Amino acid sequence: MNKECVAMLLAGGQGTRLGVLTKKLAKPAVPFGGKYRIIDFTLSNCNNSGFDTVGVLTQYQPLALNSYIGIGSHWDLDRKAGGVTVLPPFVKELGGEWYKGTANAIYQNIEFVDQYNPKYLLVLSGDHIYKMDYSLMLDFHKEKQADATIAVIQVPWEEAHGFGIMNTAPDAKIIEFEEKPAMPKSNLASMGVYIFNWELLKNYLEEDEQNPRSSNDFGKNIIPMMLGAEQRLYAYPFKGYWRDVGTIESLWQANMDLLVENPDLHLNDPNWRIYSVNPNHPPHYIAPTANIHKALINEGCFVYGKVDHSIIFSGVTIAKDAEVKDSVIMPNVKIGRQVKIEKAIIGVEAIIEDHCQIGSPTEECLTCQNSCSGITVIEGQTILEKGTIIKKNCNGVSV
Amino acid sequence: MKDVMGIVNLMEHNDFLKEISFHRPAAAIPFGGRYRMVDFILSNMVNSGIRNVSLVVQQKYRALMDHLGRGKDWDLDRKRDGLFFLPPVHLSSSATSKWDFRHFHSHLDFIDYSRQRYVLLAGYNMLCNIDFKEAFLFHKKMNADITIIYKEAEQLQEGLTQCHVLETSQDGRITDIEITQGYTKGAKISMEMCIMEKALLMDLIGRCHSRGECNLVRDGFIRNLNRLRIYGYHHQGYLAKIDCVRSYYRHSMDLLKPSISQELFFAKGLIYTKVKDGPPTKYTESSKVQNSLIANGCVIEGQVENSIIFRSVKVGKGAVVKNSVIMQRGTIEEDTLLEHVIADKRILITKGKQLKGDGQYPLVIQRRSII
Repeated sequence: MNKECVAMLLAGGQGTRLGVLTKKLAKPAVPFGGKYRIIDFTLSNCNNSGFDTVGVLTQYQPLALNSYIGIGSHWDLDRKAGGVTVLPPFVKELGGEWYKGTANAIYQNIEFVDQYNPKYLLVLSGDHIYKMDYSLMLDFHKEKQADATIAVIQVPWEEAHGFGIMNTAPDAKIIEFEEKPAMPKSNLASMGVYIFNWELLKNYLEEDEQNPRSSNDFGKNIIPMMLGAEQRLYAYPFKGYWRDVGTIESLWQANMDLLVENPDLHLNDPNWRIYSVNPNHPPHYIAPTANIHKALINEGCFVYGKVDHSIIFSGVTIAKDAEVKDSVIMPNVKIGRQVKIEKAIIGVEAIIEDHCQIGSPTEECLTCQNSCSGITVIEGQTILEKGTIIKKNCNGVSV
Repeated sequence: MKDVMGIVNLMEHNDFLKEISFHRPAAAIPFGGRYRMVDFILSNMVNSGIRNVSLVVQQKYRALMDHLGRGKDWDLDRKRDGLFFLPPVHLSSSATSKWDFRHFHSHLDFIDYSRQRYVLLAGYNMLCNIDFKEAFLFHKKMNADITIIYKEAEQLQEGLTQCHVLETSQDGRITDIEITQGYTKGAKISMEMCIMEKALLMDLIGRCHSRGECNLVRDGFIRNLNRLRIYGYHHQGYLAKIDCVRSYYRHSMDLLKPSISQELFFAKGLIYTKVKDGPPTKYTESSKVQNSLIANGCVIEGQVENSIIFRSVKVGKGAVVKNSVIMQRGTIEEDTLLEHVIADKRILITKGKQLKGDGQYPLVIQRRSII
């Protein structure tokens, strides 16, 4: 079976900076936007771009992710030829090992990719929020007759030091790659989306594997090696909304970005649907006592209280006289009467009993004094007993 | 329940929901913010463990096939059994009533080939959330030939389309069935769902056919009340019997009582429908929403009160929607007023328009109307 291009989606990351949200969940499985999980964006991009063969590399806490992806039918990726294949690390004849890095993860699955005998390999990361047509990037790759193409996005200059930065010639050819440079020469940041000529990449993966000191990473090892060998590397400029939601603050902010009048990330586009697993709940009910402003609310919710500038996932109950402000409430959370929640992320299936208070902007943060995001995080499935007061606490609370 | 096959009879007498059923079979009429009427009986069957469901369709069934597909969203895309359509064999349909049997006769082969021993035969316009396992246990316990599921009427009704009122003895055996147009409070109304052995159904169809008879209830049940042990099983829960615009409207408004919507949507299992992948509904600074049921994919910038809003509806700034049902993909522009309206799919109400019906006589707006 031949495919022109196979996509490999790296979804094994732990996402340690998301604290308690990723305690039992791989980062790509973290809920986002009132309905989705982070990985939905990449999987939907694959389908919408016409890529039907996707390997999903899982490693950290894969249970939720594996059952969520299933056979890929929710993204229309249950195909006779190709489709979605979940690829956890496995044992080989001479023993097995964990995926040591992004490049090693692909290296260990060379056989999987070779089944499809592809000309190109698309490498994706499962922890970004964006809508992108990968077929246009593949066209660019072919047009430039590149050996590898890296998608880049312009980031604000003052943030450029936190990214992998590409320095390019006027024709978009990459001259230099700097990982988190102190003095960035450009603001073109790598999005973690690569297209390689597969036969060539295989050589580099083999070579990298021979080097015991390598961290087996695309950004740190493979790309510099290819540049050193003067391969043709090009930067594909992407314009549009793209966010790495790797921290509590960026996750919260990306959610809040959806609440403005015309958000940069348009979710209601029939030509570029973001697919997800649907829990099949009825429409949400807004009671006579409710008061809703600037919110995204999903199906299956019963809202009796006040919701201001917040994202409410499916199956959430908000009782009378409760107030939810500037917050993200994940699926099936129960919020009792007179509860006040401000600038918080409440994890899945948490139960917040009557009269609890979560996150207060006037209080000092409990866990950090400086540069605090001010966002309080409650771990999933927590039960907060009646009257509990949780002060501002950006590292997450498990009670 | 793997020994039970479900047959849903979607035949209908006339366009009983006026404008809303001109273009589609009544079974495909949208209800409850995101469902079609047929979703309820299908989901009840699936949640009860039935894996072989066939739909007897009559006409205009494109909308229905589009909605159901291979039955994937109801978990009915199975290798064996699953979802089947039983369309008319001849172009001209001579059916005279909803429970006309002649149409079934042409599908006897299909019924015979199915590997189940029992059959659950049902209509589509009795919306409830029921576990048929319990009714099936009752059927076995009473050693019944036929068990008809009924509901005791909560109030007097007159001038309806045809309904069947049962009389039962102490132990539940049905002593009389009346085909009537109305009933009093406490009357036992047939929910047009019955359980019997497949062999008996085929026998009844065969007998009717050979005698030139055609009505299951009149010729199949009433004439055999003495010969067959026909029992009534009482459904305790909520029932929305939808047979005219008024009952459609009344039961839609019932959903605004959380106790009723909780029961109808969650009691014995979820009601499944075609997934649309719309985003969560968006509320803005200017939105004002009270006592309403709102599906996904909507953008609500105006005021919505006591209403059912289907998927992907847009309500503009300054628009007021009260006591209304707005179906999928409707657009209600700025500064409009809608009161006691049932608006079918994809309507457009342009800026500044005011439309009012009455609580007893809601205004029905036809599909794709631009006003």
